[in-house]
Amino acid sequence: MYDIKSIYEAKSVDDAIKALSGDPKAVVICGGSDVLIKIREGKLSGASLVSINGLEELKGVSLDEDGTIVILPATTFSKVTGSKIIEKYIPALGFAADQAGGPQLRHVGTIGGNVCNGVTSADTASTLLTLNAELEITGPNGKRSVKLEDFYEGPGKVKLSHGELLTAIKIKKPDYEGFDGCYIKYAMRNAMDIATLGCAVHVKFDGSKTKIDELRLAFGVAAPTPIRCYKAEAVLKGRTVSEALGEIGSLALLEVNPRTSWRASKEFREQLVRELSGRALKEAAAKAGGVSS
Amino acid sequence: MKIINMIVNEKPVEVAIDERESLADTLRDRLYLTSVKKGCEVGECGACTVLIDGEAIDSCIYLAVWAAGKRILTVEGITKPNGELDPIQQAFVDECAVQCGFCTPGLIMTAVEIVGSGRKYTRDEIRRLISGHLCRCTGYQNIINAIERVVEETHKVVSK
Repeated sequence: MYDIKSIYEAKSVDDAIKALSGDPKAVVICGGSDVLIKIREGKLSGASLVSINGLEELKGVSLDEDGTIVILPATTFSKVTGSKIIEKYIPALGFAADQAGGPQLRHVGTIGGNVCNGVTSADTASTLLTLNAELEITGPNGKRSVKLEDFYEGPGKVKLSHGELLTAIKIKKPDYEGFDGCYIKYAMRNAMDIATLGCAVHVKFDGSKTKIDELRLAFGVAAPTPIRCYKAEAVLKGRTVSEALGEIGSLALLEVNPRTSWRASKEFREQLVRELSGRALKEAAAKAGGVSS
Repeated sequence: MKIINMIVNEKPVEVAIDERESLADTLRDRLYLTSVKKGCEVGECGACTVLIDGEAIDSCIYLAVWAAGKRILTVEGITKPNGELDPIQQAFVDECAVQCGFCTPGLIMTAVEIVGSGRKYTRDEIRRLISGHLCRCTGYQNIINAIERVVEETHKVVSK
């Protein structure tokens, strides 16, 4: 038995927004793999829940006419990984979603929950950052759009007002076309663990496949929120893979701000930033067919 | 109390539930399906694993209200009516994949999902697919042997 005051099962997105607006203390629940654990820990005990778990209108992955990939937030990790569209156009995201928790959890946990929880360790967040993901937020006053990186406010905090819901994650064609990616999760165990550090890279080469046309680098657990390393990306544009491999680690270190936690020390995380950024670039470059001199 | 309808082990069930309960609570305490074990109750140990519409989930972190209209399968549902074991259960017996038995029903249900996919898996893939289960007795080797064996046998039958 969970220590909850009530649960309202919303019949639609509008209905959920109405229910949330009517109760300032209500908490949104979708897959439940974070919210129910918090209730079990006593952190949210006595909560009034508004459930969007059953809403089919929030599930699925589709491709718009202009090539924008639309991932609806209540799509489970396993459905993200299993989506033909994700597999074809952004396999690195499917791989990242497949690193969260364990198999049973990935059948209930959702990509929208992963984003809205705002935790820095979220396995899909860093890859979504490298894809310049945009979020569609729906609230009592209609829809608004926000870039994922602007969505994060602090550890566990996102710019989502009470009564608002994440209703779509969008990735535009120029942000995935021609790119190949890689996500590396470093954790103490191979499953059922939270990332000690996560590193995501997406890379695109010029026509000759020798020089980096565009590089995107992001980390989880290297700062209070998932972060992009824009300065490193700018410096490495135009470099060959070998040149970039020599520099990416030390450049990334200038932009991250990891801390010491019970999982790992700041120093160890810095070492991981240095090491994993190179490994992720190497793997992404290999997939992209980049020629290393 | 709220009344929900679901299909449990192929039979339609109508049951009055408390909205605060997990599906594991409902299956154990109201439907007496005690193969569903409660271990950690935070979705880490996998002892409460059941299939919902064919997907293995931890029933301890799944609210019973969400199960309305869904098809639920537990170990009680795979045993044949005459009490004969399912080939997956038999493989666990033959490979000595059971010691204390607490994790077994959950692992069997994940094995049902694995076998049901009709695919063949490498040993490493099987390890990864059962990574949402904790077993503190066996050291996993015999569990993997059992699943590997039944996947192999099923595949032979299917491809004939």
